[in-house]
Amino acid sequence: MRFSGWRVLREGLTGNKGWKPHWRDPEPKSEYDVVIIGGGGHGLATAYYLAKEHGITNVAVLEKGYLGGGNVGRNTTIVRANYYLPGNSEFYSHSLKLWETMEQDLNYNAMMSQRGIINLFHNDGQRDAAVRRGNSIVNQGDDAEILSRERVRELAPFLNFESNRFPIMGGLMQRRAGTARHDAVAWGYARGADMRGVDLIQNCEVTGIDVENGKVVGVQTARGPIRAKKVALAAAGRSGQVAAMAGLTLPIESHVLQAFVSEGLKPIVDHVITFAEGHLYISQSDKGGMVFGSYLDFYSSYAARGNLPMVEHTMESFVAMVPALSKARLLRSWGGIMDMTPDGSPIIDHSPIDGLYLNCGWCYGGFKATPGSGSVYAHLIATDRPHGAATKLKLDRFRSGVGLMDEEGTGAQHNLH
Amino acid sequence: MRITCPLCGERDRREFYYKGAALVRPAEGADLDAWHEYVNLRENPAGPLDELWYHEMGCNAWLKVTRNTATHEILDVQLASEAGLGGEK
Repeated sequence: MRFSGWRVLREGLTGNKGWKPHWRDPEPKSEYDVVIIGGGGHGLATAYYLAKEHGITNVAVLEKGYLGGGNVGRNTTIVRANYYLPGNSEFYSHSLKLWETMEQDLNYNAMMSQRGIINLFHNDGQRDAAVRRGNSIVNQGDDAEILSRERVRELAPFLNFESNRFPIMGGLMQRRAGTARHDAVAWGYARGADMRGVDLIQNCEVTGIDVENGKVVGVQTARGPIRAKKVALAAAGRSGQVAAMAGLTLPIESHVLQAFVSEGLKPIVDHVITFAEGHLYISQSDKGGMVFGSYLDFYSSYAARGNLPMVEHTMESFVAMVPALSKARLLRSWGGIMDMTPDGSPIIDHSPIDGLYLNCGWCYGGFKATPGSGSVYAHLIATDRPHGAATKLKLDRFRSGVGLMDEEGTGAQHNLH
Repeated sequence: MRITCPLCGERDRREFYYKGAALVRPAEGADLDAWHEYVNLRENPAGPLDELWYHEMGCNAWLKVTRNTATHEILDVQLASEAGLGGEK
């Protein structure tokens, strides 16, 4: 079933009776070439690229709940490639390029909106860091430009330009950044994978990983054992627990990150804007709600809900940045479980167990990584060699200390990211 | 989330700084694997976890807090100095 404007028109005129489910609901087979644990954005994208780029279609994606029910449906939908350090820089660059062609590739409307991101800066040090990061982004081949205070005012006149404590000196803009409809990204990859023969198996929690003589041979699930030549983790905040089934301990702490949506308002915020006083980021959804968030709560959590101190901090930052919206009412808030590494950067690598692959440590950056992660992870699984854009996302960097990617420069230890 | 400090009583979470899992520090000459385990690797359970919290805006005591990471319930609090965490392994 292909989607097109013509199809929408025809269905509209014939009572919308021709739409079909976007994917099958198959029973698990007893054996697969590749089993992917986790039916979120990364797991589904990995399955899609395994089938499309590498011709590996005897693949199952095992999801304990429903497809896209985890962090891919819980984030603030921001897509960008404005990283500074080698490792992250080329990886997110690769990912953004895939974002730009994803909808045509998948024949699926992910509402990709390259509205641009503006990272505000408020003092000389932040400006210098923004210029340096901008140069790094340009050297990577992506776009970045420094906006003057006046230019920021033209683009976003509603910001607080009167603040003495956090004066807006300008911003670092990446025009190709933006937002995408997060659920549709998961659904698009799910449909694309399913069309190529991948089995998407929901309500199928993995309860054990079978390892024999240092090699993975399959998984135990709520729907029976499944043998597999290769097993690939894509379990985000639950990575530690899934890895523990294979006897592995990961350099990961799971933390809660909250997100917030206001009531629907008329269009005012045209871009994604970040406020460097704290860590606030906002955009306006197509329904009109302000979508925003800030820091982690900064304690280990699997609760998928946060505490009030960070709610208060986020609201204070929001009102300080956009006083004009201080009367907007909050519609809802929620929390996601973030798999935090000591340096705040991800891991896509072999595990110490033959045939078991790791994709974890996405910290707060998992959504924008979705296509890139799927693409390079599929490459690793299919060829046993890292993709050119992911040669530095190594597991052993924590043990050796070589190649740590601490973007924030706060130190590569757990409680600082 | 509120934590009952053994010295100060029940206080708001904002008074405390979070360090992370309460682990026993390796001896000075311990090998790389021991330090890697201490600095980087985490059991990361969804359930009760022993953690270090610092009562930064109170009595400045380090606390060993047992907390359920799935519910945020505080199960036990004791002074880190009395919790046997000071040793080397």
